[in-house]
Amino acid sequence: MESEQLFNRKGYYRNSYNSIASASSDEELLDGAGVVMDFHTSEDDNLLDGDATSPGSNYVMSNGGGVMSSTTHLLDFLEEPIPGVGTYDDFHTIDWVREKCKDRERHRKINAKKKESAWEFTKSLYDAWSGWLVVTLTGLASGALAGLIDIAADWLNDIKEGVCLNAMWFNHEQCCWGSNETTFAERDKCPQWKSWAGLILGQEEGPGSYIMNYFMYIYWALSFAFLAVLLVKVFAPYACGSGIPEIKTILSGFIIRGYLGKWTLLIKTVTLVLAVASGLSLGKEGPLVHVACCCGNIFSYLFPKYSKNEAKKREVLSAASAAGVSVAFGAPIGGVLFSLEEVSYYFPLKTLWRSFFAALVAAFVLRSINPFGNSRLVLFYVEYHTPWYLFELIPFILLGVFGGLWGAFFIKANIAWCRRRKSTRFGKYPILEVIFVAAITAVVAFPNPYTRQNTSELIKELFTDCGPLESSQLCQYRSQMNGSKAFVDASPNKPAGPGVYAAIWQLCLALIFKIIMTIFTFGLKVPAGLFIPSMAIGAIAGRIVGIAVEQLAYYHHDWLVFREWCEVGTDCITPGLYAMVGAAACLGGVTRMTVSLVVIVFELTGGLEYIVPLMAAVMTSKWVGDAFGREGIYESHIRLNGYPFLDAKEEFTHTTLAREVMRPRRSDPPLAVLTQDDLTVEELQGIINETSYNGFPVIVSKESQRLVGFALRRDITIAIENARRKQEGILLTSRVYFTQHAPTLPADSPRPLKLRSILDMSPFTVTDHTPMEIVVDIFRKLGLRQCLVTHNGIVLGIITKKNILAHLEELKEHTEPLASPWYYHKKRYPSSYGPDGQPRPRQHNVQLVTAFPGRQADEEESEEEVVNLLDGRGSTL
Amino acid sequence: ILVLQHRKMRSSVAFKLLSLVGLLLMSTQTTDAKNSEDIRCKCTCPPYRDIDGQIYKQNVSLKDCNCLHVVEPMPVDGKDVEAYCLRCECKYEERSSGTIKVTIIIYLSILGLLFLYMVYLTLLEPMLKRRLFGHSQLQNDDDVGDQQPFANAHNVLSHSASRPNMLNKVEHAQQRWRRQVQEQRKSVFDRHVVLS
Repeated sequence: MESEQLFNRKGYYRNSYNSIASASSDEELLDGAGVVMDFHTSEDDNLLDGDATSPGSNYVMSNGGGVMSSTTHLLDFLEEPIPGVGTYDDFHTIDWVREKCKDRERHRKINAKKKESAWEFTKSLYDAWSGWLVVTLTGLASGALAGLIDIAADWLNDIKEGVCLNAMWFNHEQCCWGSNETTFAERDKCPQWKSWAGLILGQEEGPGSYIMNYFMYIYWALSFAFLAVLLVKVFAPYACGSGIPEIKTILSGFIIRGYLGKWTLLIKTVTLVLAVASGLSLGKEGPLVHVACCCGNIFSYLFPKYSKNEAKKREVLSAASAAGVSVAFGAPIGGVLFSLEEVSYYFPLKTLWRSFFAALVAAFVLRSINPFGNSRLVLFYVEYHTPWYLFELIPFILLGVFGGLWGAFFIKANIAWCRRRKSTRFGKYPILEVIFVAAITAVVAFPNPYTRQNTSELIKELFTDCGPLESSQLCQYRSQMNGSKAFVDASPNKPAGPGVYAAIWQLCLALIFKIIMTIFTFGLKVPAGLFIPSMAIGAIAGRIVGIAVEQLAYYHHDWLVFREWCEVGTDCITPGLYAMVGAAACLGGVTRMTVSLVVIVFELTGGLEYIVPLMAAVMTSKWVGDAFGREGIYESHIRLNGYPFLDAKEEFTHTTLAREVMRPRRSDPPLAVLTQDDLTVEELQGIINETSYNGFPVIVSKESQRLVGFALRRDITIAIENARRKQEGILLTSRVYFTQHAPTLPADSPRPLKLRSILDMSPFTVTDHTPMEIVVDIFRKLGLRQCLVTHNGIVLGIITKKNILAHLEELKEHTEPLASPWYYHKKRYPSSYGPDGQPRPRQHNVQLVTAFPGRQADEEESEEEVVNLLDGRGSTL
Repeated sequence: ILVLQHRKMRSSVAFKLLSLVGLLLMSTQTTDAKNSEDIRCKCTCPPYRDIDGQIYKQNVSLKDCNCLHVVEPMPVDGKDVEAYCLRCECKYEERSSGTIKVTIIIYLSILGLLFLYMVYLTLLEPMLKRRLFGHSQLQNDDDVGDQQPFANAHNVLSHSASRPNMLNKVEHAQQRWRRQVQEQRKSVFDRHVVLS
C-alpha cells in the first residue's frame, strides 16, 4: 500500500512508481496540459504507434500497477466492508479470479493473526480443517440420503404389485426373507406377501386377478407420478430433471439461486423415490448427484470459508458430485473420475483428494446402511470370472457401434422433443404430460415381465450369467442328455430352449419400448436420471447379441474362429458379459464419458477381467457417437437451455480478433463509462437506471480516456444504498469519486461519496489486436467474467463470457452448415485442426437475456462530449 | 415419531438431515445386536438327478452356514450327500429390519406432511384468505417482483438489518421462500428458461 502513493493532480492520477519508470517529460507535458485528443482524425496507423498520442503515465493503472492496486483495493475493502458487495445476482457468472483473490486475502489475514492468541490459533485450525469437515458432512449426508432413497424406492416399487401383510414396510424380497418355500418355481412367492388381486379378490391366479393386478399397477404408477410432479410444481420446481447439466454449468461459474437449496434437496429426495417407483423409464443416479450437491451446498453454509466464496464453494460441490456418483453406483473411484471428467470445471489436486475422501465417506455410510441386503454397495454385482476370447472383441465392438448409434439417435431425438416442449404451447402442460407418459409406460410395461420389473433388477438379471442355480426364463436351455427337460444343468452353450426364445422376443419388445419411452421421459418435470435406462437398453441389446453369438458357437462350432478358441462342450461365451459391455457402450454413447464410465462399470459389477472389452466398446461408441455430433446429452441440454457454459474441452480455431468480438459493435451506441471523479450520485443513478449493463469501466476523465478500473453494477447500487443509509450528508448532488483522495470541490458542495472500495482496480485487459484464440483461452483457464479491450490504454470495449459464446455460435452458423465434423476438417481450416480439434460453439439463449439483459457491455453515456469522442473512436475501427 | 418429524420439519432441513443420519446410524447399531430375524443362510441347490432345485433358508450363524447344517431334511441318502452338497451354494446374508422400518416410516411421514402442506397451500390458504380479507390481499404476492435496479440493493441491505422477533422472522422467511418458489415456477414452467 505504501509503495503505491497515489496523488491527485488536476484530476489526474499519477502513479509515482510508474512515473519514474516510464513517464517521459514529453508525455508529462502532453498529459499535464490536458490536451483533448482528437480521435476523429486519428486513423488506425496513428493509434498503432500510439505512444506519441497516448501518454503512458496512466497506462499502468490498468495493467502494470494491477498487483499493487489490487492489494490496495482489498485492504480498502476490508477496512470498510459494505454488506453484499462482492456477491452475485441470480443467473450471473462469477469471476473466478476475483473470488480466488479474495480467498487468498482471507487466508493471509488468518495466518497473520494466528500467532496473536490461542483463540485465533484455534480459529485458524478450524479454518484449515473446514474443507475436510465439510466434505465429511457432505459424504455422510449423501450416503444416508442415498440409503433412504434406495430403501424407500425399492419398497414403493413393490407396492405397485402387492403388500407385505405382517410388516408393511418390507418390500417383496425382505418380506419373504425367512419363508420356507423351497422349490425354484415358487422362489418368489411366500404367504406373507399378498398381491393386490389376492388381497382384494381373494385369488392369486386367474384372468380376473391378472386384470386386477394390472389395474392396481396402473393406479399406483399414475398416483406416484402425479404426486411427484405435483410436489415438484408446488414446492421446488428446480427439483425436476437430472440436474447434471445445471450442476455442470454451476460448477463452471454460474449462479442459479435456490438450485442447490434446502427445499430442492427435500423435494428432490422425496419425489425421486416416487418417480422411480412410478415405473417411468428413468433412473435415480443423476438426481443423486444433484442431491449430494445440495448437501454440499447446505453444509458449506456452516463454514464461512465456503459460504462467502463462490469459487471455494464450487470445490465443495465438485467433491459432492463425486460422493453422489459414489453412492449412486457404489463406485467411489468412478465417482471421483466422473467429477473430474464430466462435471467439474476447476479441479485442482486438493479437490481431487477431497472428492476421494467424500466418495469414501459416502460409500462407507451407504455400505453400513446396507440397503440391498447383500452386504454390497450395488445391486448388480456379477460373480462370474469366466475368461473372454479375442474373437469376442468383434461383437463387443459391434455393441460399441450400437451404443454410439443409440447415443447419437437419443440425443437428437430427445433434444428435438425438448425443444418442442420449450418452444411450443405443449410445454404449458407439464402435469398432464407426466401423467400421460406414466400412463402409457404403465399400460405397455405390465404385460412384459422384463419391463414390469424394476429397471435395475432387470439389469441385474441380464448381467447375471446362467448357472445351475438360476431359474429365470433366460436360462432355460435344453440339456443335451434329455432334450425335453427345461432348466436342467443350465450351463450355457447348449441349444436354446423355448424359454430362451420367448425371452428373446420379450427382450426385443422391451428394447423397443425402452428406447421410445426414454426419449420422451428424459426432460419430464420429475427427477429423472438417464444412466439406468441407457444401461438397460444396452444390457438388453448386449444380452440378445450374447445369446446369438452363443447359439452361433453352438451350431457352427466347426467355424474357424470357434474351432480355435471354443471347444465343443465348454462354455466359452458368457451372455451376461455381453450385457455388461452393451450397457457400458450405450451409456458411453449417451454421455460420451470414457474413463470414468469404464471404472464405474467395473466397480459396479466387480468384473476386473473385463476392462479391455469395456474399454473397446466404450471407445468405439464414443467414436461412432462423435461422428454424428460431438456433444454428449448433458452438453446438448446445456446448449438447449443456453446456459453460459464455456467448454474447456474444445478448441477455438478461428482467426478472429478481439475487436471483432467486443461490444460495442460498430453500429451500436458507444461504450458507456464512468469517470473517476466528476459524476454526481444523481448522474450515476441515472446511468444505472437507463442502462441494463452489469458493469462499467471507470476512466480517468472524458478528455483522457484512460482506464482506471471496473465497477460492477450490483456493487454500485449496493454501495450507494448503503451510503444513503449509513453515511450522513450524501445527497443526490454529492460527487462520486473512485480515487484515493476526494477531488477538490467548491466549499458549499455536499459531502462527496467515496466508492473506491468497490472499484476493481485490476481488471483484465487485452488489446484490440489480441487473437480470439488467446482471449478464449484466458477466459477458459482463468474463469473470467469479463475482459476489457484497450488500445494504448484507452478503453475501446468489453468482452464478456456471453459475447464469446454468442461469437462461437455465430461462427458455427457461418462456417458449419453441416453438423458433421469431417466437412469442417477438409474444407475450412485444414491446417489448424488437431485430430479431434473441432470447435463446438455454443448457443446463446435469447430468453435468458430478459432475466439479465446485461451483456454488461457497451454502455451509453449521457454526456455529449463523450459520445462524440467515442463515436469517433468507433469509426476508426 | 410423527411429533418428532413435525418439529424437525419446522426447523431447518440441514438439522433434519443430521438427525436423520444419527437416527439411521443409531438404528443400525441397535439392530446390529443380531436380531434373530435379520440373518439368514440361504442355500440354493440345483436339480440333482430327479430332485428339483430347492432353496433352503435357515437362521444360523456365519460359521454354520453350509449345506450340511442348513439343508434339512436332506433329500438324498447318506452316500449322495456329499455330491449333492457340492453343488449347493450357501450365502450368509444380513439385513437390518429396524433401518428399513425407520426409513420407510420417516419417508412416509415426510411425504404425508408435504402432502398436507401442499393441500394447505394450494387449497385452504387461498380460501381462508379470501374469507378473511377479501380479494385484495391475494394480489399482494404477485406484484413484488419489481424491476427497479435499486430494489436488489434494498433486499441485500435489509437482509442484514436487525430483525424484530422470532415470529416476524419466520413470517418473513416464509414470504421470501414463497416468492422464490414463484420465481422458480415462472422460469421453469412458464418461460422455460432453465431445465427444459
